[in-house]
Amino acid sequence: MTTQTTDLPPTRGDDRRSWLKEHSELGVCALLLALGALVLTDALTMDVDIAQRGPVGPKTVPIVVGAGLLLIAALLAVDVLRGGRGQAEGGEDVDLSEPADWRTVLLLAGVFLGSAVLIEPLGFPVAGALLFWGAAFALGSRRIDRDPLIAAVLSLVTYTVFNNLLGVPLPGGPLMGVL
Amino acid sequence: MNALNSLLDGFGTALTPINLLWAAIGVLLGTAIGVLPGIGPAMAVALLLPVTYGLDPTGAFIMFAGIYYGAMFGGSTTSILLNTPGESAAVVAAIEGNPMAKSGRGAQALAAAAIGHFAGGMVGTLLLVALAPTVAELAVDIGAPDYFAIMVLAFIAVTSVLGSSRIRGMASLLIGLTLGLVGLDQMTGQQRLTFGSLQLADGIDVVIVAVGLFAIGEALWVAAHLRRRPPEPIPVGRPWLGRGDVNRTWKSWLRGPFIGFPFGAIPAGGAEIPTFLSYVTEKRLSKHKDEWGKGAIEGVAGPESAASASAAGTLVAMLTLGLPTTAVAAVMLAAFQQYGIQPGPLLFEREPDLVWGLIASLFVGMVLLLALNLPLAPVWAKLLRIPRPYLYAGILFFAAVGAYAVGGEVIDLVILLIIGLIGFGMRRYGLPVLPAVIGVILGPNAEQQLRRALQISDGSVTGLVNTPFAVTVYAVILVLLAWPLLRKAVTRGRAAA
Repeated sequence: MTTQTTDLPPTRGDDRRSWLKEHSELGVCALLLALGALVLTDALTMDVDIAQRGPVGPKTVPIVVGAGLLLIAALLAVDVLRGGRGQAEGGEDVDLSEPADWRTVLLLAGVFLGSAVLIEPLGFPVAGALLFWGAAFALGSRRIDRDPLIAAVLSLVTYTVFNNLLGVPLPGGPLMGVL
Repeated sequence: MNALNSLLDGFGTALTPINLLWAAIGVLLGTAIGVLPGIGPAMAVALLLPVTYGLDPTGAFIMFAGIYYGAMFGGSTTSILLNTPGESAAVVAAIEGNPMAKSGRGAQALAAAAIGHFAGGMVGTLLLVALAPTVAELAVDIGAPDYFAIMVLAFIAVTSVLGSSRIRGMASLLIGLTLGLVGLDQMTGQQRLTFGSLQLADGIDVVIVAVGLFAIGEALWVAAHLRRRPPEPIPVGRPWLGRGDVNRTWKSWLRGPFIGFPFGAIPAGGAEIPTFLSYVTEKRLSKHKDEWGKGAIEGVAGPESAASASAAGTLVAMLTLGLPTTAVAAVMLAAFQQYGIQPGPLLFEREPDLVWGLIASLFVGMVLLLALNLPLAPVWAKLLRIPRPYLYAGILFFAAVGAYAVGGEVIDLVILLIIGLIGFGMRRYGLPVLPAVIGVILGPNAEQQLRRALQISDGSVTGLVNTPFAVTVYAVILVLLAWPLLRKAVTRGRAAA
C-alpha cells in the first residue's frame, strides 16, 4: 500500500479508480445495505393478520434484524471513510503479500458447480472423483499419473463408507450399477 | 456422591467396544486434522456433521469430543515444527516451541506439549465433573427470559470480545441472523425470506451454513493466496523428556488448567487469552529467564495445558447452559440440534447416558491421545508435507459430500457454494466468521424464547427482566458493551494522576 499516486500527476480516471480500490470495502457496506433493505421489505410486506399469536408476531425480529443491517452498513461506511480497514485473514498456507489469484477461485467454483450438476446423471463416485481431480488441477497439481487415481480411490471409499456403513444414501449412478 | 456414580455409569457407556472405537477414531482424526495445516477443529467437526445422519448421538458426540481434544493436541505439533500456527489456541506454543525445535530439542517440546495437554485435559475434565452438575442444578429453573438473556450474551460476547472491530463482528452476526430467518416462522408458519421457493421454506440447514463458511470459504480463500512454496517442517524424532525437563515443567502443567478452565467456560474466545496468560505467568515464575524467547520448555508446557483445560471449560458452558463459547462448541451445538436434543440444564436429567458417556469418554480420549501420540509424533510430522492441492481439493470434496448428504439435493450444493463465497468475502474484509455461525445456530432459538417470554408477560417488556438470573446476565452484557469506555476512563484517570 505505497502512495505511488502522489508522485505522478494522475489523470482523473486513474485517481478515481485507485480511490475505489482503496475503499473497496464500501462494497461490503452496499451489500449489507441491500440485504437490510431486502429483509425489511420482506417483513413489511408480510401478511400476518391470520397468523398472529401472542404479542410478538413473525414480523418483529426481521424488522429488528433489517434495521440493524442498515445501521451497521452506515457505521461501517463511516469507519471505512475514516480510514478503518478490515484485516484480511492470515493462515499457514496463506501468502497475503501477493495479489489474489482470481483465476484459481473461479476455476474452483466452476469445478464445484460442474460436479454438483453431474452427481445425479453420473452418480456420486464419478462426480466426486471429477471434483477432487478438477480441484487439485485448478490448485496447480499436474500429476496425470497420480491425481486421477487418488481421486477415484477417495471417491469410492467415501461412497462406500457413507452409503453402506453409515446408512447415508448417495446416488451410485450407472457405474455402481455395473459393479 | 451423585456425580461420581453417574460418572461410573458413564464409563460403562464409554467403554463399550463400539464407543471406544468412536473415541479412537475421533482422537486420531482430530490429531491428523490439527496437524494438517489449513484445517481447524471447527471445520473438521463441521465437515463431519453429516455422520450424525447415520450415527447414534452418543457415538457421534464421543467422536466429536475426541476430535476437539485431538485437534488441540495436533495443533501444537504444527506450531512447534512449522512456526505457522493455524489454530489460534496454538499461537503461543510457537513462541518457545519453534526455537526449541530449531535448536534440536523438538522431541522435548512435543513431549512437553503432549503431557501438558494430558494434564490440562485431565484436570479440566475433573473440574467439569465437579462443576457441571451443580451449574445445571442451579440453572434448572430458568425459563424463557433467562434463555433469551443467555443468547443475547452469546451474541454480544462473540461480537465484542473477539476480533479487532466490533462493527465488523456485528455485521457478521447480522448476516448469520438473516440466514437463520429464512424459512417458515416456527410459531406461526409464516413464510419469511423464502421468495415463494419451496426449497427455502425448509430453511437453510445449519450444516450447510457451517460447512460453507468454515470449509468452502476457507478453501477458496487459501486458493486465492496459496503460498508458492509451503514452509518446511523441522524433522523430529520420538518425543521424550529428561529428568531435568520434568523438574522444570511439572508445576507449569498443573498451573495451566486453572488459567485455562475458567476462560473456556465464559464467552471470551476459547483458548486464545488463557494460553497467553499462562505464557506470561510461566515467564514471570521461571528460574531460567535468560532462556525465554530462545526455547524455554515451561513456555510450551503451561500454555498447552491451559489450552486443553479451556476445552473442558467450554463443554461446561455448552452442556449446562447451551451457550457456545467457541467455534467448535457452536458446531457441536448444531449437531445437538440435528438430533433434536436441546443442551441446557435439563440435559443432565433427560439424557444422562449421553452426557455422562460423553464426559467419561473425555478421560478415555485423553489416555488414548497420550498413548498414541507420543510414539506416533514422527508420523504426524510427515502429514505436514502433504501436497497443498490435495489438501484443499479434499476439503472441497468432503464439504460437497456433507452438504449433499443433508437431503440429497443438488440445490443444496449451489447454496453451499454461495455461502462459501460469502465466507470468502468475509475473510477478505476481516469480518469474523464465528458470529455468523452463532447467529444462524442460536438466532431462531433466541427469537422463540423472546416471543415465549413476551407471551407469558402479555407483551410487557418487563417480562424479559423479571428474574434475578436474567438481570445478572444483562448486567454482564452492559459491562461488556461499556468495556472500551471504561478502559478509556481508567487510562485517562491514570494519565491525569
